[in-house]
Amino acid sequence: MSEKLNIEVPTMAEMIARGEEPEILFWVGCAGSYDERAQKTTRDICKILHHVGIKYAVLGTEESCTGDPAKRAGNEFLFQMQAMTNIEVLNGYNIKKIVTGCPHCFNTIKNEYPGLGGNYEVIHHTQLIQDLINDGKLKAEGGESFKGKKITYHDPCYLGRGNGIYEAPRKALEVLDAQLVEMKRCKSNGLCCGAGGAQMFKEPEKGNKDINIERIEEALETNPNIIAAGCPFCMTMLSDGVKMKDQNQNVQVLDIAEITVRANGL
Amino acid sequence: MISQILFIAITLAAIALFSFNLKKVIRNIRIGKAADRTDQPQKRLMTMIRVALGQSKMVVRPIPAALHFVVYIGFVIINIEVLEIMIDGMFGTHRVFGGLGTLYNFLIGSFEILALGVWVGCAIFLIRRNILKLKRLNSPELKGWPKSDANYILITEILLMTAFLLMNAADAKLQALGAHHYVTAGSFPVSQFLQNLLPGSESSLIAIERGCWWFHIIGILAFLNYLPYSKHFHILFAFPNTYFSNLEPKGEFTNMQSVTNEVKAMLDPSFTPVEGEAGRFGAKDVNDLSWVNLMNAYTCTECGRCTSVCPANITGKLLSPRKIMMDTRDRMEEVGKNIDKTGAGFEDGKSLIDDYITREELWACTSCNACVEACPINIDPLAIITDLRRYAVMEESQAPASINAMLGNIENNGAPWKYSPADRLNWAKEN
Repeated sequence: MSEKLNIEVPTMAEMIARGEEPEILFWVGCAGSYDERAQKTTRDICKILHHVGIKYAVLGTEESCTGDPAKRAGNEFLFQMQAMTNIEVLNGYNIKKIVTGCPHCFNTIKNEYPGLGGNYEVIHHTQLIQDLINDGKLKAEGGESFKGKKITYHDPCYLGRGNGIYEAPRKALEVLDAQLVEMKRCKSNGLCCGAGGAQMFKEPEKGNKDINIERIEEALETNPNIIAAGCPFCMTMLSDGVKMKDQNQNVQVLDIAEITVRANGL
Repeated sequence: MISQILFIAITLAAIALFSFNLKKVIRNIRIGKAADRTDQPQKRLMTMIRVALGQSKMVVRPIPAALHFVVYIGFVIINIEVLEIMIDGMFGTHRVFGGLGTLYNFLIGSFEILALGVWVGCAIFLIRRNILKLKRLNSPELKGWPKSDANYILITEILLMTAFLLMNAADAKLQALGAHHYVTAGSFPVSQFLQNLLPGSESSLIAIERGCWWFHIIGILAFLNYLPYSKHFHILFAFPNTYFSNLEPKGEFTNMQSVTNEVKAMLDPSFTPVEGEAGRFGAKDVNDLSWVNLMNAYTCTECGRCTSVCPANITGKLLSPRKIMMDTRDRMEEVGKNIDKTGAGFEDGKSLIDDYITREELWACTSCNACVEACPINIDPLAIITDLRRYAVMEESQAPASINAMLGNIENNGAPWKYSPADRLNWAKEN
């Protein structure tokens, strides 16, 4: 379970220079690129892609913010500037299919880029994992056993309500032979972690509680060993919540990609 | 004969007044900007049938769903009775459908049972609001008129159902007495128990029967004319509102064509802009919103399912999606009254942002779509919040300092944090 990434991560530029084309572009996203905790998920997604032998590439330094936080904050100009610049890069590389570890990037590229000239098949990494499991290319063997562990999954708003994806992440957890427990508010009724709509980048308004505390209390009610996440921003909010509740010794917050990597000993 | 003329006059007046007010409401909705919601008519129709007619989104909360369903079905079906009342009123007949025999008896019997259901349902609703004081039904934004509005509606429905049952009780008694004009028709499974409360004399019974008949029909016509002033408008607007609701994934926000024009012109000088509405970026006031947003506001029945699932509201923030809808309607009606008084183009110096909806409310939203998901008739408070934010950010450059810093970072570094674009791939190298 080394944190080290012993594999080469190919960039699009390198691939094109070699005269090759990837099957899929891995859109890393800003959090996945810079946030220390999310970087780990990013490396794990690479490990999965490498393990199953999918030919992939990243944009590396050619990638830029999708514009999601700008758009949710109300700056449509900045959003469209970012979008059109990114679309130019993506179309320039003739990208057809994209996987991303961030539900916000996922939603933006999938739903908001087509109107600006960017048409791609976009999937979230939990959907990729689900597909690989369905195709028998990915199992849960050779690594850590999650048998009997209690796992509760927190639906990211932009994956769940935003795009109706509730089953893929759960499917990725079902193969673990773990005990999946749902929070009171789950799926279409799931409670936000508090980070969306550009809240991640500001202090909350005056109130009597932070949203992530409200959410983590609900998650802890299920008495979990693991809280599973599928979004780097949820990851931050939930991890902070667990720390605030002094539960970080007992409860782990893990991305579905991390759990998959561990279960397969990658 | 006089009563027939009176009946026709009252009915025509009520319909005329309602049309007049409905026209005003439609004019107010048209203050909003254009938005195309005519694509996929079949899918729209199915959405309307499922969500409005079938009330599919109500079932999330089974108790109010069951009560609401009884009141809804009762109200719709008992209105078949109105058809008979209309014919009787115009032609001076009595129970004109009585000739249908068994079928008629079955219908009247069903109406009575439904009427009892509506009566009990409304009584429980009143208890929930005023005695149990459910949190969702006692939020700060409901103080004053909205609370009274809700109670008036419930009390009126109880009175209408009471009148209907008392009318039947008196009628049945008159039928038994063999009173002239009172043909033997109908079955009275509920109102039979009210018969003992009524006097025995024919003249008093006729007075009660006629009194209730007039009260019932005038009550319905008055109720119709109350709708444009009330949250109860949802009984009509639920249908167009669900038909024209958003069919795209909830996570998708609209791309502003006006911005696309500017950005494309900036990136490519030879670009010719697509025709679109110029004007303000985002919404300062109701006329900057789309007609769909404004129709949403008239449709809202202030049930508060949105607010009760809003993460900001749950954690004590000022934001309440229900209040966003109520404020939008209040402001729209104010603008409408201004137009009535002084014609279009009149500025009263007020706006939806600040005078109705504060910045603190706007910036508390996480855009999580819980409110949109929770609305039983597909109202979208998030669309309004987003448009108001767009105005604050693009027209006024007024956002919280940390938001401005984040926007600055995206502009300069291509990431919401202050990291160098050159370091974007470091995660793959350093371990």
